[in-house]
Parts: sequence; C-alpha cells; structure tokens
Amino acid sequence: MAIEQQSENPPTIPLTRCNDFSMVVATVNGSGSQTANLAIMRAFFRMGIPTSGKNLFPSNIQGLPTWFIIRTNPRGFTARRDHHDILIAMNQATVQEDVNDLPSGAVVFYADHLNFEPRTDLVMYPIPVRDLLREVNPPRNFRDYITNMAYVGVVAQVLGIPAKKLENALLTHFNERKKPVELNMSMIVAAMRWAAGNIVKQDPFCVEEMEQSCGRVMMDGNTAAALGSIYGGVGFVGWYPITPASSLAEELEHHIAAVRTDPETGKRTYAIVQAEDELSAVGMAIGAGWAGARSMTSTSGPGICLMSELVGLAYAAEIPIVIWNVQRMGPSTGLPTRTSQGDILFTRYLGHGDTNQVMLLPGSVKECFEFGWRAFDYAERLQTPVFVMSDLDLGMNVWVSDDFEYPDEPIQRGKILTAEDLERLGTFGRYRDVDGDGIPYRTLPGTDHPLAGYFTRGTGHDEDAKYSEDPEDWERNMARLTRKYEGARAMLPAPLLEHQGKEASIGLLAYGSTDIAVQEAICELDDRLDVDYMRIRAIPFAEEVTEFIVSHERIYVIEMNSDGQLHKLLQLEAPQAAMRLRSIRKNDGLSLTAAWITEQLLTAEEA
Amino acid sequence: MANKSGVNEEKRKGENALGLVKADYRGQPSTLCQGCGHNSIANQIINACFEASIPPEQVIKVSGIGCSSKSPTYFMSRSHGFNGLHGRMPALATGAVMANQSLKAIGISGDGDTASIGIGHFIHLLRRNVPMVYIIENNGVYGLTKGQFSATADKGQVLKSNVNPFMPVDVCLEALIANCGFIARSFAGDPKQVKELIKAALSYRGTAVLDIISPCVTFNNRDESTKSYTWGKQHEDPLHDVTWVPKKEEISLDYQPGEVKQVEMHDGSLLWLKKLDQDYDPTDRYAAMRLLDKAYQEHILVTGLLYFSKAQPSLQETERMIDEPITGLTEDVLRPSRDAFEALLESYR
Repeated sequence: MAIEQQSENPPTIPLTRCNDFSMVVATVNGSGSQTANLAIMRAFFRMGIPTSGKNLFPSNIQGLPTWFIIRTNPRGFTARRDHHDILIAMNQATVQEDVNDLPSGAVVFYADHLNFEPRTDLVMYPIPVRDLLREVNPPRNFRDYITNMAYVGVVAQVLGIPAKKLENALLTHFNERKKPVELNMSMIVAAMRWAAGNIVKQDPFCVEEMEQSCGRVMMDGNTAAALGSIYGGVGFVGWYPITPASSLAEELEHHIAAVRTDPETGKRTYAIVQAEDELSAVGMAIGAGWAGARSMTSTSGPGICLMSELVGLAYAAEIPIVIWNVQRMGPSTGLPTRTSQGDILFTRYLGHGDTNQVMLLPGSVKECFEFGWRAFDYAERLQTPVFVMSDLDLGMNVWVSDDFEYPDEPIQRGKILTAEDLERLGTFGRYRDVDGDGIPYRTLPGTDHPLAGYFTRGTGHDEDAKYSEDPEDWERNMARLTRKYEGARAMLPAPLLEHQGKEASIGLLAYGSTDIAVQEAICELDDRLDVDYMRIRAIPFAEEVTEFIVSHERIYVIEMNSDGQLHKLLQLEAPQAAMRLRSIRKNDGLSLTAAWITEQLLTAEEA
Repeated sequence: MANKSGVNEEKRKGENALGLVKADYRGQPSTLCQGCGHNSIANQIINACFEASIPPEQVIKVSGIGCSSKSPTYFMSRSHGFNGLHGRMPALATGAVMANQSLKAIGISGDGDTASIGIGHFIHLLRRNVPMVYIIENNGVYGLTKGQFSATADKGQVLKSNVNPFMPVDVCLEALIANCGFIARSFAGDPKQVKELIKAALSYRGTAVLDIISPCVTFNNRDESTKSYTWGKQHEDPLHDVTWVPKKEEISLDYQPGEVKQVEMHDGSLLWLKKLDQDYDPTDRYAAMRLLDKAYQEHILVTGLLYFSKAQPSLQETERMIDEPITGLTEDVLRPSRDAFEALLESYR
C-alpha cells in the first residue's frame, strides 16, 4: 500500500477530524451485524477513504460478545489502534466495559435500552432501536438483521455518510438483489431521519469523499490467496476445515468454477476435495503434485502439525506442493480466532531429520494474491513444498488494497522431461544433479516411454531413485538438497527496503501483516528516531537481508510471537551480528499497533 | 520406442497385444523372505497386467509402509511408483488419480497399514470411490518390526509367547459397510484366482478391494493361524471358479448355462463366476455380510468375489472432471484471461 509520509510537524488536535478515526461496534456473535458493519466500511471505501475492518470474534457460533473495528486514515494507516474514538454499543453484556475503555472525548452511540453508567467526558448519542423497529416494522424473520441498520443510519447521519453510498454498498453485499437492499434501507433512512431531527452534533468526527489514491480493491487475504492460486493455474486442492483458513478453500471453490469449467461439456479442469483430516488433505495434494498437477492445501497451525510427516516425505522425495498456513494462536488449540506469527520456526524446519522449508511471507492482501500464483512456480521450479505464511489478521480481516497485477510471467513448470526428451537423451535418473544447481529433472507418471518410470520414496535413495543405504549416497543427496535450498535465496521474492532514513544506524526488520503498523510507527517516530526499514518476504533469506543486518549498528526485529522466532532465525543467519539483533515482540492475540511499536523502540533506544 | 509395436500387428510368441513380453512387466528382485506370500502376489500382478495388455507406463504403484508396501518395487519397473507413509497411501493415490485420470493405480497395503494406522483413510477412500485397485496383503502380523500382532490377528492367537486378546478387524466387512462396490478375498496360495481377480479389479471404475491372505513365513506361519499356508490350504472355500474375459476376446467356455454368473465391468470385460457347490449371489450386500460372519464363526476362508456393484460414481465423476489428465493442461487453460481478471477485480471495487 502506498503510504504518504507526513512532512509537516505533527498537527494540533483539529476542531473536526475528518476521515481519521477508529470505530468499534460491540455486538453479540451471530446477530447478523456483519452486514451492517461491512456496509459502513464499504461506504467509506467507496468514498475513497482508506479503511480496514477487523473482526474480533470469539470461538463461538452464537451468543458471545464480538467487536468489529473500522479504522479510517487519510494517509492509509489502517492498522489496529489501542484506543477507539467512536463506540457503537449494542451489547448489554459488554457496554459498561466498552464505555469505560474509551479515552476522554470519545463518542458513544448506544442502543437506548441498554443499562450502564454514562461518563460525562464522552459524547453520548442514543439510538432508539426499539422505536425505530416499531416504525419500520420489518418481517419478523428479518428483525434481528434490520435492527442493526438502526445504528448504521444514526452513525451515517452524524458522521456524514451519504445514504446513496450505503445503498450502493448494500447492493454489492447482496449481489445486486433489490429486495433485501430496500428492506435494510428502510431502516437506515428512518434512523437517519430520526437522527437529523433529534441529535445535535457535539463531536469532531466526520467523513468526506477523497480521491481514491490508495485502495482500489476491498478484500480479505484468504480471498486474495484463493484468487492468486486460481491465477497460478491450480489443478488440485485437498483441504480440511480449520479457522482461520477455511475461507481460503471455500473462496477458491466459489471463484474457480466460472473460469475453469469447460463451457461445452460443463466439466471441470480442476478438483477440490475436502479431506477426512489434514494428513489426507496434504497427502492428496502431494499425490497430485507428484502426478504433475499444480497442487495445494490450506490450513493453520494444528493442521501443519498433522501434516508434518507427509511434508517431510514431500521434502525428501522432492514433490512440489503449495501449503498456505493462515496462522493463529498456539500452542495447541490456543486462541483459534486470534492472530499470531507463531509458526515461523516450526514451519521453517518442519519434518524430522534435516529439513529446510521454503517460505513466502506476504505482507498485504495484494501480496497474498501475488504469492498465491508465484508459489506454484517456486514449488515446481524447486520441486519442494512451498509454505505461504499468512495469518488470521491478514486472512480473515477486510483490507483495502492497491490494484492487483495480472501475472507478469508465464507459468514456469520447472524441469520436466517428456517422452521426446527421454528418447533424445537416452538416459534418465530422477535425482541426478545434471545442471549443478541441486535441482534434478522429473518425469510425470503416464509419460509414454520405457525410461520414464522411477520409484518415489522417503527412504534413502541413490541418484536413480533406487533404494540405498550407502552412506555416500545419503550424504550426496543431502548435500544436493542444501545446494538447492541455497539457490532458492536468489529465486524468491526479494526483501523490500520500505523506508530509508536520513543517515540511519538503526534498522528495523519485520514481515507479514505487521507491516502496516510498522509503517505507521515510522511515521509517528518522525524526527525522534531515524531508522531504515526492510521487510522480509521469503525464507531462505536473500543476501540483502544479511547486508542490511551487518550495515546497521542496531537492528530491531518486530514480530507477533512470544519467542522472537524470526529474530532467532536471523541470529543464526548472521552470527557475526547476532548481538546487534534485538527482538521486539508481542503475542496477545491482537495485531500490533503503531503506538506500541513506537513506544518499544523509543524505550529500547533510551535504555 | 523400445518394446512397442502396433496393436494391430500379428501377435508373436510370448508377446501380448501391445507387443510387450513378460520381462517388460518385471520389477527388481525381491528382498522379502523366501516363500513370502507377497512375492506370489507381485508375480500375479505382473501376469495380470501382462495378460490384460495394460501399458506399464499407464500404471502407478502406490504403497504405504511395511513388508507389503515394499513389494511395488518387485513388479513393473517401467511404471512410476510411490512408496509413501504408513497408512497414508489412500491419500497419495487419490491425489494422483485426480490429477491424471488415465492412470491405473495399483495400491499395495498391509494389515497394519490398512486396518490400524490407515483405517480412517481406507474408509474415506471407499466412501469417495477413488478408482484404483487396493490390495491388502494380509498376514495378521507386523513383519518389518519383527512380529507384533496386527489388528487382523485372530483372537487368542499366540505370537512370541503373547496371546492376542482382541477380536480381529475384517477389512472386507469394513469395505462392505463403507459402500465399496468391488470386494474380493483371496489366498496367496491360490495364484490363478488372485490373478483373475486382479484383472477384474483393473477393469473396475471405482475402488476395488482385494484382501489377499498372504502368510508371513517368518513370524506367523504357525499351522493354527488363519493367516498360514497350512490353514489356508486346508480351510479355503472358494465361492466360485473365477475367470476374467476381456471385452474383445471371444472365448467360449464349456460351462453350462446356469453354472456361470457373469459380472460386467465398466470397460465391458466380464468376470465369469463358475458356480461351485454353493449358490452365492455377489450382488447381494446382506448376503455378503452374512457370509463373512458365518465364515468367521465356522473358521473357513471363503475366497472369490464377495460383493459387486457398479452403482456408485467414481470420485472423478462426482467431481465432474474432464476426461483428460489435468497434468497436461497448458497455460491458456490453467490461467484465466486478463479480461476475466479485470472483471473479477471490478467486483471487489
């Protein structure tokens, strides 16, 4: 996301704060508030205002408290913030705590039947939900959904969201179906009318249309990953439901039918199988990858645990597959609906014995799309599993993104020998290092030539894939795998120098979904701390990462886990600079905020 | 290409319809124990594929872990093979045949692989009806780890002075319950029946389960074991005399009408079941259950085609896949167009 750096001095608190606030909607899980929340968010998006939507939800289907956080920021900083400016209180169970948590001067929109102790330092606006419901009188079975539109209308009136924008947003939400839109709009219009006649504006917050500079697409990362996979030519998906990864496979199934079904026969050029468990999900993907399809699975930490033995097999037998790890809080079941970057170390070495896994680290929804298609090229070129490390925040929350770009390279299938190649060569050995890059040639099952067949196995094998317990064969094979892994450094997405300071001796390293908070923190630090910031996008690390480390006096590695996992990997990567690498880490289930990062950096530098 | 001549050419001595000789179907020398039932099964796979003129390049051999799972090395070296993980062969095979429909998959598993660590995958493979031949080389014992009981071991059986206290898992009963449409049991000591059943299984479009009692000569060949040669030979009760007849081959067998039941495979080939002394209908699922239960009670090894049904669609049919392998698709099919991409992005604006 393009983010403009602020050049002037920090602004004094303005009388009006336009397009710049954090709003939290407190509701009950399963009450249908997602439509209302997304309508508000999409209206902001359609007004050209950079925005994000984060669903803070319990591991529960119905009945427990849930919060939806919408942040807008004219410069594109849409990371979570520690405090909210606007509360929409709809849940009796949490209203008091929600109100108590607000900073002075914040605004509360509250359903007027809720009981709580008000605060005099807040701006309080009631919403007569029940009166409005009586007035609009929606069909009984839609009452819960329509109720939520009462707060949409009142908030719209007070902040200045045009009704047309909301109607437009609802049309998209309901796939252009007029009837549900009319039903919802009847409540929105009634609530706006009530607010216009009964509320005197006392707060500084407002929205107004902007020229859409950053943010052309509104999407969650799992959808972006699914679309990327489709544009990467995916042929087979084996998967098993797990939060927060399920929607990746579901969105893939939803979108692929339109573009990969033969219009004449109605037959599909792909297969998606919901497996009986994660072992089977990845096992099927490995079987399909071995047979020559572009093959993938998507899961989260517990699924990765179950997949580890099969991933070790795919690593040893050199079978291309793509595995999406949408990370959540572990260990064990942990916090299944909260975000984390806790699987970095585990995935890096996944498998018993000596294993080195290739990992991509997307930092935005746009990169979820891009790495989605590129991952297949890497997997097939390297003939190895490729992990794409997303997380719940990136995968399940809604982001506004720059336009995605259509793949700028043709599909690269790597070293595959056809029957004609075999006829010409007259010889074939599956694990021979013909080119010296550690990457052997493979044939696909079904290749019509007597030389094509070979025996794939996880057991020790020689260059011709024959079973071998010969110590030299083993060592030669492992050395070749190392050669291959080393070669991947230059192939994978290079790190990006996201920010260059004036003459910075301090470096920041981060990766994945924390990028947006790090960018905002750098902006907040402004003159207080001069830093360079590099964002890492793949493991094994590119040479630029080591160069960045050794060229700075102190390097802070910012991440979202308890052990400082990437920090540890980097210390191993650059042992000569290990003491210069400092870890800044937090792992409470919530995405990082710029304020926290800023404070951590300043404190560390003062010490 | 070597060893290949046109199908129309007149058949020379020792060649099959593809112009291949038996040696083209051979594998590496076996490293299993001498007399192991698994070696006999490997030989019958060679014979079945050779006689049915199946191109070895169109076969994939998949297996799990264990003595049985080593045996794909011992047949058809010209086929691609995949020796996977303990119990996980069904998943690997599923992915492979979904990627390439033209492949004929032969899965080799054992009783540990199928009835213990992999029983979940086994059931789900059958539930999906993944087209493949699934052979269980069943010896009731973990051979490669030197003689522990497997889940198919008889209750009360003695091994290494331990007594097995549990009832066995009957993989054919499990297959019946999981709605498998081709279930056969055979005995490694009955090579002719093994071979004919493999041929029929290869013609079946769905999962064809062959539970082949395959004695372990080292750990479980005690005369009282139901997985021994002596017991099998003394207690085998074939349901019928089995002959597989390819679609194009017109052989007149000198059986009387009424003596023979024909079962037609998906490719039009026929399995001829010549009635022996009992009148058994392999299309009756409940009859199969009763038969298996009775056989267990009476300590008899019933062999032959236990159950047959063509009713269920294969997984590829269920998934409405194209007939061609998706592994051969080119970029113009694999990657949607720039126009489609623009239209897609438009819907997220």
